Amino acid sequence: MADLLVELVGEEIPARMQTMAAQHFANAVQAALDGLGVWTGEATINGLCGPRHLAIYATGIAVAQPDRVIEKRGPRVDAPDAAIAGFVTSTGLPREALTEEDTPKGRFFFARSHVAGADTTALLGDVVADILTQFPWPKSQRWGRGSFRWVRPLHRINIVFDGQPLAGSFDLGDTQPMAFGATSCGHYFEAPDDISLVGVDSLDEFKRRLASAHVIIDQSDRRTAIIDGAKALAKDVGCTVDETQLGTYIQDIAGLVESPTALLGQIEDRFMQLPPELLQATIATHQKYITLQDQSGAFSPYFIVISNRQSDPARDQVIMAGNQRVLRARLADAEFFWQQDKKTRLDAYVPQLKAVTFYEGLGDLQAKAVRLEKLSSALAPYIDGCDGADAARAGYLAKADLVTGMVGEFPELQGIIGGYYARHDGEPDSIATAIAAHYRPQGPADDVPHTPTAKAVALADKIDTLVGFFGIGAKPTGSKDPFALRRAALGVIRIILDGKLSVPLQKLLDTAAENYGFAAVDDDVLPFIRDRLRVYLRDQKMRHDIVAAVLADAGGDDLRRMADETRSLAGFLENGDGLGLIAGWRRVSSMLAAEEKKAKHAFAATTDPALFNDIEHALHRALTGLPDSDAGFAAQLAALGDLRAPIDRFFDGIVVNDDDPAVRLNRLGLLAMIREKMQLVADFTKIEG
Amino acid sequence: MIRTDFQSIILNLQSYWAQQGAVILQPYDMEVGAGTFHPATTLRALGPDDVWRAAYVQPSRRPADGRYGDNPNRLQHYYQFQVIFKPSPAESQALYLGSLKAIGLDPDAHDIRFVEDDWESPTLGAWGLGWEVWCDGMEVSQFTYFQQVGGIECHPVPLELTYGLERLAMFIQGVDNVYDLDWDGVPASDGGKIYGDIFKRAEIEFSGWNFEHADTDMLLQHFRDAEAECGRLLGLNKALALPAYDQCMKASHFFNMLDARGVISVTERAAYIGRVRALARGCCEAWIGADKVVSHG
Repeated sequence: MADLLVELVGEEIPARMQTMAAQHFANAVQAALDGLGVWTGEATINGLCGPRHLAIYATGIAVAQPDRVIEKRGPRVDAPDAAIAGFVTSTGLPREALTEEDTPKGRFFFARSHVAGADTTALLGDVVADILTQFPWPKSQRWGRGSFRWVRPLHRINIVFDGQPLAGSFDLGDTQPMAFGATSCGHYFEAPDDISLVGVDSLDEFKRRLASAHVIIDQSDRRTAIIDGAKALAKDVGCTVDETQLGTYIQDIAGLVESPTALLGQIEDRFMQLPPELLQATIATHQKYITLQDQSGAFSPYFIVISNRQSDPARDQVIMAGNQRVLRARLADAEFFWQQDKKTRLDAYVPQLKAVTFYEGLGDLQAKAVRLEKLSSALAPYIDGCDGADAARAGYLAKADLVTGMVGEFPELQGIIGGYYARHDGEPDSIATAIAAHYRPQGPADDVPHTPTAKAVALADKIDTLVGFFGIGAKPTGSKDPFALRRAALGVIRIILDGKLSVPLQKLLDTAAENYGFAAVDDDVLPFIRDRLRVYLRDQKMRHDIVAAVLADAGGDDLRRMADETRSLAGFLENGDGLGLIAGWRRVSSMLAAEEKKAKHAFAATTDPALFNDIEHALHRALTGLPDSDAGFAAQLAALGDLRAPIDRFFDGIVVNDDDPAVRLNRLGLLAMIREKMQLVADFTKIEG
Repeated sequence: MIRTDFQSIILNLQSYWAQQGAVILQPYDMEVGAGTFHPATTLRALGPDDVWRAAYVQPSRRPADGRYGDNPNRLQHYYQFQVIFKPSPAESQALYLGSLKAIGLDPDAHDIRFVEDDWESPTLGAWGLGWEVWCDGMEVSQFTYFQQVGGIECHPVPLELTYGLERLAMFIQGVDNVYDLDWDGVPASDGGKIYGDIFKRAEIEFSGWNFEHADTDMLLQHFRDAEAECGRLLGLNKALALPAYDQCMKASHFFNMLDARGVISVTERAAYIGRVRALARGCCEAWIGADKVVSHG
């Protein structure tokens, strides 16, 4: 067995693609080696990627494929000589090498030839070539005169097997193929000399050789170096790194450096009056620096730049000064907009929204503001503590910041900036918070809005969007959802469930459609939202059959009730009565199904109590005493649980198929009544297992 | 000591790229939004030369970026230094880093990064992959391997480098306001000029024209005229690709002017861009078609 190292050296791979590239490379090499029979039971593989190096290191690879025996059946032993001679020629073996063997069809000649497995070294060139040709980069390019596509120009293909370079080359569709080598390179500026990979005998040795040339090739090693460096500097100034937040963009930082060094910078005082979200967007998102928190958890004026150079005091100063200047220019721009925008009241921006199209066929954003004003106010009565006038005002102002200079420059701060400007204008806090939070939740990880007014506006925005796009036929299809309508529907669901809101959704969809001037709301909107609820509940680990049982009523629009009932039914089916009832239900429904098939009609849930015995009376009493839906789903389920005993006694003590046809029909009627009563609560036909 | 005044940066870039075998051209004599529009880039990226190396300064106009001379970083008229090397050399990055050294930015004394930035010009129907190059966190150049121009695949693939000269000079001179840039390295006491001496008034006046005074009906008519003339030249029995492309550049600039005047709505915007792209595409097709006639004749 031997180790295999494949390393590709090229120009800078985009940071966001490096993790995928390392994983895919390792998986593809493993699959290919496995397919060739050289991936042994002890084999391991690691994928590594930095800006200029992409590699796999595998151990436990067989040096050759196992030998194989190829068996060929020839003609029958009593076949004409010509046929036998032909077979002998086709095998390439001497006649004596053939064996005779009995088979169920008679006695036949067999030829067995041993085929020696190929050496792994003879196979690797093609393995690598195939993987390179089919590598799934999100975007790829050609360069020079070649026709081969790669993420950026590729300069070297290094293959080392059992410590030795592999001979061969790869066709780039250029005048010259690229010869395989075993020479890597170090950090562009820190260690420009070549590094030999000959004799590398472990993953650690490979990493060590590159590290000695100031390249940390393993992404997780780079992350650790960055986080450790940042934490140490933060500690010096009494601050901490918010690792959760850093986790959202450390990939961007770690993908840009081979030799990370943390440097401390400081935001000038005059910029600290800008909103922390704005500072965060400028410093972290745009400049890819690490922001810090002070001891009270507030946004600290200190930040950390990760440079791609070894530490050198004089150079570090130059690098930091350059970065500080870039940041100053960016923040000065932001400050300019911050001051400029505030000269105009937020409500005075609303008429300017007229110039911005919401979407072709759905009017402009001023019209959207007016619709949000109406719909937010229509939602207010269903949200505890929500003032209708506040909701209307917040809805009207929600989109105004889209025409401010600041949001033009920092689109990711939409809403948040509007919130600040509203507060500056003296709008009540409830309105400012609602504007700031109304885009939420922006993804599965994002929180829902918590204040009553914010819930109203956030719901109104999403409902308006759903109704509008469905209204002009721009519905999501397959994986295509260009207007993020699934996210909007999920937002509606999460806000309603999280806020425990009972919202008459159909009615509000109708209102939204009226606001657009549509004749009616599109028929697919409610089913679409219900379908997203189904997906959401399944993501919450709810059994799909239980979800289906509760959502069986196609017209249901009370999302909160449906979610609650799913949870109740799941809980009910976990306890003894629930399980027992399901067993009983199954006996009832299977017997009815069999009998109805024979009778070719369904049995009515009608009974004649005169024909009952005691057991049947008891069951009938239990059935007629069941509470209706006014009692609530939980009470209904509990009462169904109480049916378990009378149903069990019925099946234990009674033969349904009585000799007397009237008694038999009466008993089937009683079973039909069980079915009817249970189906009123949930669709038990959907329950599996 | 390498001189770092604005004009020396240009001279040094020119002489560096001349040494690398580039044809040093002069700016194209029309209003364009970026150096890429120069036919030496757009058209030569496609043909006819198998090898094409050129470098030039291109004054670029972005009417909507004007700030009446008030903003220290934004201008409606600025300079790009543009390099095009076809086919892209294997040592493209090293060549580029050499150019930084030639203008006094020793890469070894800084932190240089190549940060993903895919380039696309919807009006030219062009795209490429590459990076923006950062020096100590500052974007100093755009580095692109062209893949398509005018909707046509580039073969061989050209390398395009674009240096935003004002930004680069501000970085090298350590100046925070573009108007303070030293233009000629001559002391003010001796009549030396800074950027503001030369361009501030132009920024103020052109911002006024771009945003307030330009006659939009006239601009619309100019756009339509340029579009019609371009179409007519392309429709000739033997299409005149270069004059047609001039009209395409004009149309693109009039569109930018109309955009700055705020008379183009969001939905119309896409349609205008589509119209310019159609012209650019037609010019590129005519250009390579004309090549065939010339090279076979």
